[in-house]
Amino acid sequence: MEDIKITIVDREGVTHEVDAPTDMNMNLMEVIRSYELAPEGTIGVCGGMAMCASCQCYVETDHVLPEMSYDEDAMLAEAFNVKDNSRLGCQLFMTPALNGLKISIAPES
Amino acid sequence: MIKTDILIIGAGPTGLFTVFEAGLLKLRCHLIDALPQPGGQCSEIYPKKPIYDIPAYPEILAGDLVDKLMKQIEPFQPGFTLGERAETIEKLEDDTFVVTTSRGTQHNAPIVAIAGGLGSFEPRKPPIPNIGSYEDKGVEYIIRDPEIYRNKKVVIAGGGDSALDWSIFLADVASSVTLIHRRNEFRGALDSVEKVQELKNSGKIELVTPAEVVALVGEEKLSEVIVQQGSGQHNLACDHFIPLFGLAPKLGPIADWGLDIEKNAIKVDNTLDYQTNIPGIYAIGDVNTYPGKLKLILCGFHEATLMCQSAYQRIFPDKRYVMKYTTVGGVEGFDGSKKEAPKAVVKTIE
Repeated sequence: MEDIKITIVDREGVTHEVDAPTDMNMNLMEVIRSYELAPEGTIGVCGGMAMCASCQCYVETDHVLPEMSYDEDAMLAEAFNVKDNSRLGCQLFMTPALNGLKISIAPES
Repeated sequence: MIKTDILIIGAGPTGLFTVFEAGLLKLRCHLIDALPQPGGQCSEIYPKKPIYDIPAYPEILAGDLVDKLMKQIEPFQPGFTLGERAETIEKLEDDTFVVTTSRGTQHNAPIVAIAGGLGSFEPRKPPIPNIGSYEDKGVEYIIRDPEIYRNKKVVIAGGGDSALDWSIFLADVASSVTLIHRRNEFRGALDSVEKVQELKNSGKIELVTPAEVVALVGEEKLSEVIVQQGSGQHNLACDHFIPLFGLAPKLGPIADWGLDIEKNAIKVDNTLDYQTNIPGIYAIGDVNTYPGKLKLILCGFHEATLMCQSAYQRIFPDKRYVMKYTTVGGVEGFDGSKKEAPKAVVKTIE
């Protein structure tokens, strides 16, 4: 499977266009970590179990995203700086349908 | 003062397994953990989640892994200081360390092994301006003594079990309880949600949803919170504001112990023994970092094993020792127990 293009705006406001593989079961949080776009220890703290919201992102494009799981929805209900377009990066897996996705990483809380 | 050979900070899987490896070397261990039970994240965050990469276990629940580790280390009689956070460390003239906890419990050991995982779990603080200046002046993130709320006006924020349970409890203690949540739905246990509904209907709890506390007001101490509801704001008089948004791990006071920190983790020498920049202090498991580091339980077990060999050499620099297989040497507990392979029966053919 081919890589897809993702645009990530980091917490400093810098825009990065990166290639994300779709054949490694990677999620958005892991893509951000693999390109070191947020300091280690400030993102993916719980390891990707939708239990910390450190990977909260704002989705800037109108891609059709997978529905939120109960766990993601519950975590966002308790998280800070939440907006209507908030999602947890760890719950968004890289698929061809996400080609061209643009997100910004929510502030650290 | 509690005295031991290896003082382990953090009672997660890596800390617990350290007790076993140390025990094989006849070294005693004592563990400190901020949580009230052993197991670290495995017990606190995901006890019912299966783990698939523990060698020889195709699948094991995190809680079961902790139970098995506790069973495995039982013969080595570890001590525990639970529900207390390691706050300060001091090096004595005899080259040993004294670690003092948040409740003032003191521990003395020649070796300190930091197995603190992601750090200690602390309440998540909402991003409200100046909230820090009202801490202990009306803002509390943890309820230690419910009696201080007797006949007071209390505002609780949050939508999980903790916010619901305390609202229910304080409904009988405080003069008024207002529960504020960003959503209309609550995510707590069904019983608690129904109970809150009942208390709301009988006027003992006021629910304000969907809403958020966005500012705090008060001269010397808190007197009002400002609540954002839809596009409007209103002031709500109160004596106490209790935000209950769960716990998040923070490296905490360990970050100020003079250890080299990189990427929110403690730098160690992974070519040798996982020792930090301070001789005698080691860091193992998720709390450390080195080139190629992976935060996996199985890596923590490996690091703990190597660390114990180094700790033994540090405590007994003049003693010679080589690692023994448990299949050969068995396991001799400090409790007098001994496990070993059954002896082969030798028979002569006549």
